[in-house]
Amino acid sequence: MIRFYSALAVLAVSAVLSAPAPAAVPVDERVVHELAAQLRCVVCQTLSVADSPSETANQMRQIIRERLAAGETPEQVRQYFVQRYGEWILLAPPKEGFNLLVWVVPFVGLGAGLVLVVIVLRRWSRNPAAAAPSTPVDPAMRERIRREMSGGGHP
Amino acid sequence: MKGGWLRWIIPAAVVPVLVLLAYGFWTNPREIPSPLLGRPAAPFVLTTFDKAPLTLQDLRGKVVLINFWASWCIPACYDEAPALERTWLAYKDKGVMVIGVNVQDTEEPARKFLARFQHSFPNAPDPRGYVAVEYGVYGVPETFFIDRRGRVRFKHVGALTDETARKRLDSLLEEPS
Repeated sequence: MIRFYSALAVLAVSAVLSAPAPAAVPVDERVVHELAAQLRCVVCQTLSVADSPSETANQMRQIIRERLAAGETPEQVRQYFVQRYGEWILLAPPKEGFNLLVWVVPFVGLGAGLVLVVIVLRRWSRNPAAAAPSTPVDPAMRERIRREMSGGGHP
Repeated sequence: MKGGWLRWIIPAAVVPVLVLLAYGFWTNPREIPSPLLGRPAAPFVLTTFDKAPLTLQDLRGKVVLINFWASWCIPACYDEAPALERTWLAYKDKGVMVIGVNVQDTEEPARKFLARFQHSFPNAPDPRGYVAVEYGVYGVPETFFIDRRGRVRFKHVGALTDETARKRLDSLLEEPS
């Protein structure tokens, strides 16, 4: 029975929230901007809702404003969009689960690169000959070069 | 073979990146899986261009096709418009409702569009974009198929064809109500 009533309450709340809500809670425009900056503008993809001049982004900012005015927390507003668009709507993937890879791999790669550079540098400094192996010049060639350099080469 | 592993470092680093890029090039960036599939369709109340109320909740028990469109959406919305009307005429007596939701548009060109294609199914503007956001619409045209129990079952991105509409509607009509 409690479940039923809570479901009913959720329905009532969502019905109220879906409808144009009168501004009840004063809305801080900075919070609106902060939320909009986290959301991808759905028509432009590479811009955030805060940065896009498109009409869609404008409407999304208005929806953010209205939901905050209706008393939702910024996190609830964020979830409202995620539930409808998926995590795709977030410009930065959440730092959890598989997405953690996106956050971790660049640093792991950077670390691995640094380690590699250190290993290679150490190897070169320990054994300079290995870096530029010199081939022995055969004495006959050396003599010929000497003769040609001194100008007394060909008759 | 001292230091032999070093020569494998570059391929080992480059190949996965290339594979990832290749995968990225093969996927369509516009095909984003909707988290709404299988979930109850968001209720809405709109007013049609003919000033009649249009409420999704009233359509429970019917299979509903919701098409999001705009008059500036060229050519996809124009390509699919005749197919939508044909689908509506073919299915309106079979327990199917076709609804057009006009998003990001102005009234006059929207009305011209409807007149041009003689759409006889209900069409309503979504002036504040609320319904579009409720359905996670990120472009037009997008079409949603809702089953008799009011759940979103399929989402089609891009111009709808008669075949796709028929296939989706038939499969939903076959399900026990």
